[in-house]
Amino acid sequence: MKNKEPIILAVVVFFTLVTYYLVEPYAHGVMHKHVESENYAYDDLPAINKTGDAARGKDLVLGAGACTGCHSIEVAGMPAPMDPVTAASSYGVNPPDLSNAGVIFDGKFLANLIKNPAHALMVEHKFDASKGQMHPMTQFYGAGGDLDQEVADMVAYLQSIAVEQESVTPAMAYENACGRCHALKYENWTQIGTKPSFKYKKDELAFDIKVLEYEDSITKYMGKLPPDLSMYIRSRGEHYIKTFVENPQNYLHGTAMPRVGINAESMDKVIEHLEDAGDTKREERASVGANVMMFTIIFAIFALLWKKQVWRDLH
Amino acid sequence: MAHFEKATSVKDWLNQRLAIEKVEKVMASEYWIPKNINFLWAMGMVLMITFILLLVSGIFLLMYYQPNVATAFDSVNYTIMREVGFGWLWRHIHGVAASVVFLIIYIHMFTGIYYGSYKKGREMIWISGMLLFITFSAEAFSGYMLPWGQMSYWAGMVITNIFSLGGLHLDGLVEWIRGDYVPAQAFLNRFFMLHVLLLPLAILGLIGLHFAALRIPHVNNQDGEEIDFDAEAQKYLAGDKKGSKVMRFANDFMSKDMMVVGIYLIFFFYLVFYHYNFAMDPVNFDPADGLKTPAHIYPEWYFLWSYEILRPFSVNIGLIAFGFAQVIFVLLPFLDRSPNTVPANRRGAFGIWFWLLLVDMIVLTAMGKLPPEGAFSTIGLVAALAFIALWIALPFITAKEKKL
Repeated sequence: MKNKEPIILAVVVFFTLVTYYLVEPYAHGVMHKHVESENYAYDDLPAINKTGDAARGKDLVLGAGACTGCHSIEVAGMPAPMDPVTAASSYGVNPPDLSNAGVIFDGKFLANLIKNPAHALMVEHKFDASKGQMHPMTQFYGAGGDLDQEVADMVAYLQSIAVEQESVTPAMAYENACGRCHALKYENWTQIGTKPSFKYKKDELAFDIKVLEYEDSITKYMGKLPPDLSMYIRSRGEHYIKTFVENPQNYLHGTAMPRVGINAESMDKVIEHLEDAGDTKREERASVGANVMMFTIIFAIFALLWKKQVWRDLH
Repeated sequence: MAHFEKATSVKDWLNQRLAIEKVEKVMASEYWIPKNINFLWAMGMVLMITFILLLVSGIFLLMYYQPNVATAFDSVNYTIMREVGFGWLWRHIHGVAASVVFLIIYIHMFTGIYYGSYKKGREMIWISGMLLFITFSAEAFSGYMLPWGQMSYWAGMVITNIFSLGGLHLDGLVEWIRGDYVPAQAFLNRFFMLHVLLLPLAILGLIGLHFAALRIPHVNNQDGEEIDFDAEAQKYLAGDKKGSKVMRFANDFMSKDMMVVGIYLIFFFYLVFYHYNFAMDPVNFDPADGLKTPAHIYPEWYFLWSYEILRPFSVNIGLIAFGFAQVIFVLLPFLDRSPNTVPANRRGAFGIWFWLLLVDMIVLTAMGKLPPEGAFSTIGLVAALAFIALWIALPFITAKEKKL
């Protein structure tokens, strides 16, 4: 009798794969728009062709630019003018500390942000100056000299005080780029910072109330509370998050979420941080997986040999 | 009272009290299996192994899972996935096995249909098997509620809504099932109970029935051959192992079962460690939110074909078609009027019917997932009508079949 098993196996595998292809890659391709990465080039923004001077930039940032009226720069000894809750109730969201802005965000993006925040952040649909809807970050109109030169100087200064790119940790990238709007519960992160452990319940409640007040302000500012990102690496996946952050309008036209202007290296760190939160055991999975696969293959070989031995007497 | 003697060994001691030698013969060494069967006959063992994987991983998950709407999501995604040693492993095994078990069930079912293994005394095997399919479906659905993600919540909403039975507006029944107006704490608690107690009990009982139903008619074979099991067994026991048409379940067929299981486990663990997303829908990693409907709500892949029979019609007609799809498979032994218990490829029109049904169900499965727009909804409607037409045609085409 002819052995039909290979053809039966081929039929089973064929129909299984066809079904898999249709319900997974194909159906998801139809349901979800595919957005290609723009490689964090921010091509729509004009390049600044001036070479910045950090020393002059320092004078502008701390002086005529008036950045420190709202932003803290802790490495330069400039404290925040307000606590996060008060700042959020004034501006909608707590203005970021600028100590590491120069390394987290793209230089060209920063320059354009300083010149025209609503445009660089892609929130002009929400902040239309002609209708009197001003973005809470005031546009820099220049300190009397060449505007592009001054902006380049300011960016050069921010880059000069920031840590090296290699020293950017996943948590640092997340906190700077995402953390003032998005909590990350599984990493104990709230929009006003890491939640400390408290000895007394009333201190903890006081902290929680601050977080709630901050969240109220940001809800009013954004239209809805930006979601906690703890499980986003599983619910959205790396590709979606990366391309979304690059240009939120690509996915959700009209969304209040600004373009963050992060650079590619720091974005990888953000992803790593989200993996630490929502896919914590990925390395253990890889090593256990390799061992289990090896064990299973050896088991299958022994099972095959046992079958051959038992069946020798049957035919 | 029976007469007991001083035992000569532990085995003898047990034998006098439990008749373990006799049990072993009945269950294994003298449980006769035809030789002319292929690897598809090992799917029962593959299912058993998968069920054990589900049971064991489920027990581990049960130690940390919290059936509370406020904590369920975090107990799964934080406690089990991050805090508990190897919690992620048990969860991925449980999630992947819950999906793969349906693939094997479908292979097992279509094997039965192809070889006519529901005919001539094997009706109860088929019926108990279909009851298992239904309880497994309920088990899968109730389990899907437990992580309390977006898809849990909205699938729970959609599926329990079905019980209002369209034009009958049995909203009271829906509320009774949910224990609330919407899926909430009472809903989660009762689906938790169903998932970890009532349905597993029913499954264990039905597995017993399924095995018992196999006892008298014996296993079918791939040639539609009628075997005299007693005579062939005598031949085997007399030493003619090569000439006999049957073999022992253990170790003869079990060695092949284990070979298939070994290959299956390579596939299974590959999915568990490297390709688990298909079984764990990304949408369900967003916590349940009753104020935010997901853009696309779809069931897991193994329910898609019956979902697509519900979807293309108006509410009432869709529900009737859906009900039809749920019960019609159970009736297969009585709808097939043919006297022949042979593989479908030797049964003429039935052979064509078999492949059409298989392809139709794959089309339904695909359309059930895709958004019901444009060509997809037309294809879905045609496939749903074809499904119904195929089953209505079955008694007529099989009645015409000549006795081989």
